[in-house]
Amino acid sequence: MIVAKQKPIEEIIESVKNAGRILIAGCNECVTVCESGGKKEVAVLASALRMYFMNQGKDVKIDEITLERQCDHEYLEELRKLIDQYDAVLSLACGVGVQFLAEKYVKTPVFPGVDTCFMGVTEQRGVWTERCQGCGQCILARTGGICPVSRCAKRLFNGPCGGSTRGKCEIDKDLDCGWQLIVNRLKEMGKLEDYEALIPIKDWSKERAGGPRKIVREDVR
Amino acid sequence: MRLQYPSSIRIICLPCTGKVDLIHILRSFEKGADGVYVVGCMEGSCQFTSGNLRARKRVEQAQTLLNAIGIGGDRVQMYNLASSEAPRFVEVAEEMTRKILALGPNPIKAVRTKMAA
Repeated sequence: MIVAKQKPIEEIIESVKNAGRILIAGCNECVTVCESGGKKEVAVLASALRMYFMNQGKDVKIDEITLERQCDHEYLEELRKLIDQYDAVLSLACGVGVQFLAEKYVKTPVFPGVDTCFMGVTEQRGVWTERCQGCGQCILARTGGICPVSRCAKRLFNGPCGGSTRGKCEIDKDLDCGWQLIVNRLKEMGKLEDYEALIPIKDWSKERAGGPRKIVREDVR
Repeated sequence: MRLQYPSSIRIICLPCTGKVDLIHILRSFEKGADGVYVVGCMEGSCQFTSGNLRARKRVEQAQTLLNAIGIGGDRVQMYNLASSEAPRFVEVAEEMTRKILALGPNPIKAVRTKMAA
């Protein structure tokens, strides 16, 4: 899932302070799971903003809606009949949702309510960690199912750097060395010989370095 | 024991304080409550293991948020006491009442009255 964390309320207030009618739009997908932008977080933020503005003596209308997704036309269309009633939309979806909403409703300012961080997993309640950077050329088959692009700080492809100490990364003593994890897994699977096979130079143009990416599938269009 | 406690307090019964969510606390203030306190079992005696510990986290979240929006985090408190401690219950009720009286009314209540006028 895409993992995001809610922005500090002070930053949110600053972004919407001049609006008289605000719609807070949550998303039922990733940000609900990582507890930053689902229905519950929308309700809490709406309540907090209502109280803030009331305390400031401002009569601000704040409504709530949570869409199934904000990254698909069909769900964003649900806002078409409502959007003109608001001066601003505060979207608690990831950056994808915020942008798609802004692209669709060009006249209404859309503000982000969360900081989108990474693609990751829920290790335990309240702990999320990164697993994928969408590099466009998956090599997990060769690295024991552990990704050196997202788990190694230097994104190395052929073994660890000199900063790997007792299985930990030099940038943080609590961070596992990605390559130590890969070696451990290959050992567990009895495939340590895979570690010896050189991984060729990666085509980074398939990653973000090649500019914004696009996939077109004629078979499903 | 038939002990008396301040009449300004409204009790909301829950099966466990673990049921308390941040939005419940915020809505109370939005509706004009001057203060909210959550009374859970003693830490370590929750029948559901961690309900009262979760409630404390929710109370702390509410305190942070209420401070940030200018309502005042001190208006929310968490207390832990056993169901057999009726005199302590009264003590807590009186302590909280004193605290809220010192803080004064919920500021948004006054604004709302002003707006309605």
